[in-house]
Amino acid sequence: MTPVVKIEEIHKIYDSGEVPVHAVRGVSLEIVKGEFVALMGASGSGKSTLMNLLGCLDRPTRGRFYLDGIDISQLDKNELADLRNQKLGFVFQGFNLLARTTALENVELPMLYGRHRRMSGSQIRDRAMECLDAVGLGNRADHFPNQLSGGQQQRVAIARALVNHPQVLLADEPTGNLDSKTSVEVMGVFQKLNASGITIVMVTHELDIAHYCKRNLILRDGVVVRDEFVKDRSIAESELGKLRAAEAAAKLTAAPAA
Amino acid sequence: MRFTNTLLVALRALRRNKMRSVLTALGIIIGIGAVITIVSMGNGAKARVEAQVAALGQNIITVYPGSFSSGGMRGGFGSSATLTVEDAEAIAAEIEDIDGVSPEVRDRNQVLANGLNWNTSVNGESPDYPYIKNWPIVQGAMFSDQDVKSLAKVCVIGKTVVDQLFPNEDPIGQTLRIRNLPFRVVGVLDVKGFSLFGSDQDDVVIIPYTSHMRRVSRRANISSILVQGASPEKLDVVKQRIEDLLTQRRRGREPDFTVRTQEEIAQTATETSKTMTLLLGGIAVVSLIVGGIGVMNIMLVSVTERTREIGIRLAIGAHGRDVLTQFLIEAVLLSVLGGVLGILCGVGASEFASAYFGMPTLVSPGSIVAAVGFSTAIGVFFGFYPARKAAQLDPIEALRYE
Repeated sequence: MTPVVKIEEIHKIYDSGEVPVHAVRGVSLEIVKGEFVALMGASGSGKSTLMNLLGCLDRPTRGRFYLDGIDISQLDKNELADLRNQKLGFVFQGFNLLARTTALENVELPMLYGRHRRMSGSQIRDRAMECLDAVGLGNRADHFPNQLSGGQQQRVAIARALVNHPQVLLADEPTGNLDSKTSVEVMGVFQKLNASGITIVMVTHELDIAHYCKRNLILRDGVVVRDEFVKDRSIAESELGKLRAAEAAAKLTAAPAA
Repeated sequence: MRFTNTLLVALRALRRNKMRSVLTALGIIIGIGAVITIVSMGNGAKARVEAQVAALGQNIITVYPGSFSSGGMRGGFGSSATLTVEDAEAIAAEIEDIDGVSPEVRDRNQVLANGLNWNTSVNGESPDYPYIKNWPIVQGAMFSDQDVKSLAKVCVIGKTVVDQLFPNEDPIGQTLRIRNLPFRVVGVLDVKGFSLFGSDQDDVVIIPYTSHMRRVSRRANISSILVQGASPEKLDVVKQRIEDLLTQRRRGREPDFTVRTQEEIAQTATETSKTMTLLLGGIAVVSLIVGGIGVMNIMLVSVTERTREIGIRLAIGAHGRDVLTQFLIEAVLLSVLGGVLGILCGVGASEFASAYFGMPTLVSPGSIVAAVGFSTAIGVFFGFYPARKAAQLDPIEALRYE
């Protein structure tokens, strides 16, 4: 199977300041279709830089990066934009939805910029609704972001990332702004999507969140120091069940009708 | 991205900040409004001047005495009195396509009547004068050719002279004295008001030019010759014929006269209002540019404020050009909106000025088309820099922007 992401000896050096910063120092990596990878590391370990490189927002100083077989170092700015639009989906820590724009319109946005497929207005609408339904928010389509909870906003962002059938879903600390229960809910959405065959790469610094993924990569000082598959990973469904039971015991919520 | 989508996005962004959009557009509204108002006032003034010129009489050709020259030094117009009654008679006898000729002799004199006195213009003219000047006699009648031949002591007077010398009585048949000679009043001219150059045209006493030359001023030469052309189309031909005739009569001497048509005189008069319009229009254009800078300022603020939004758009696949178009459309919408409102304000202000201040105004469709074009151009010109700034943002930086 051709890897969706293939990185060979990638380096990134920033020389904007007085001293050049060597943020990524020779990372090689292969991610195949259907993987669910957590990228971990302390701040300054280079994980954000690696994520920007994976997201085709930035180009490596040295080394090669093939996304779905395409060598991105050869592409110009607009071709990179098209690649992001067609092959990648982004989920951010701060949700990054457009304010005063409905959930549905937010989800439609990537399709408006799509250059390869010409879609009619109703096709765009239908596809956006489909994705909102997939994250369980079909009934909130015409709500504005400020009318939605953090978890709901993040699910809208996930729907937006899915609309163009991306090869890889990239999530940069998707649970960083959420409480523990909502975090588990969002991880549940990711696990469901992954089960349906979508490749996911996410950055996190929370070990328990990383435990929901299939593979963990640990970065330190710009190099991968650990790369292992997760043994008996957490399943969001059952964790949520446990949480609900605990909440009921603490009288936080009404006991589940059983 | 499709254009309609971009347009929608831009409209939504403007609606998000209603107050700010309106205030920004206000600069353009005032600028365009001022331009429309001033241009329409200028046009109105021009139309009024043209009407006044028409009221002076139409198709008039005036022959002025030329400059004298001696030993290479040349005087100005009228510096020598070279026109004669014979010149005028020759024009009347030999030139075709003319309806009347009046040799003019001008003078200022103290005029006495009724124990009152008044300093006024005393002009010698022919009986054709009221016809040439399009200036009817409202009381009595013009003196006749017979009066001219007989050097009659008769006169026709303007309204101002009536008011000064014959208050509260019928001037017809009364006598007034010019240089101690009694002149009988035979007619009163209609009120004409002030001339384009500000002098009171009704302050005048008109007597036969022969009487003027022989009895009053005792001059051998005339001040000018008024000729009424038969039709506007032939005016230039008639002017040429007069020049040829007079040159011929000079028998090879240097021409000592100048022939002018009414049109040429009118041009001088409209020149002033044109200059005013240009000047005020210039000020209005400056205010329009200030308005444009306002648009640019707000667009720059807007780009900074929406850095994150731009970052999101770029991250999910917008090209720089998409972002550029979006912000450019916003700027153009803002200034075109201002332009349309400005046109309404300008037309309204023009109507108001003519209704309440009696100022003549004339809104020309040309100035409206120009205003729309100009405001669009302002939007593009002043919107381009902020839009390009937005388009060139680095998506990583933009997403990280707080």
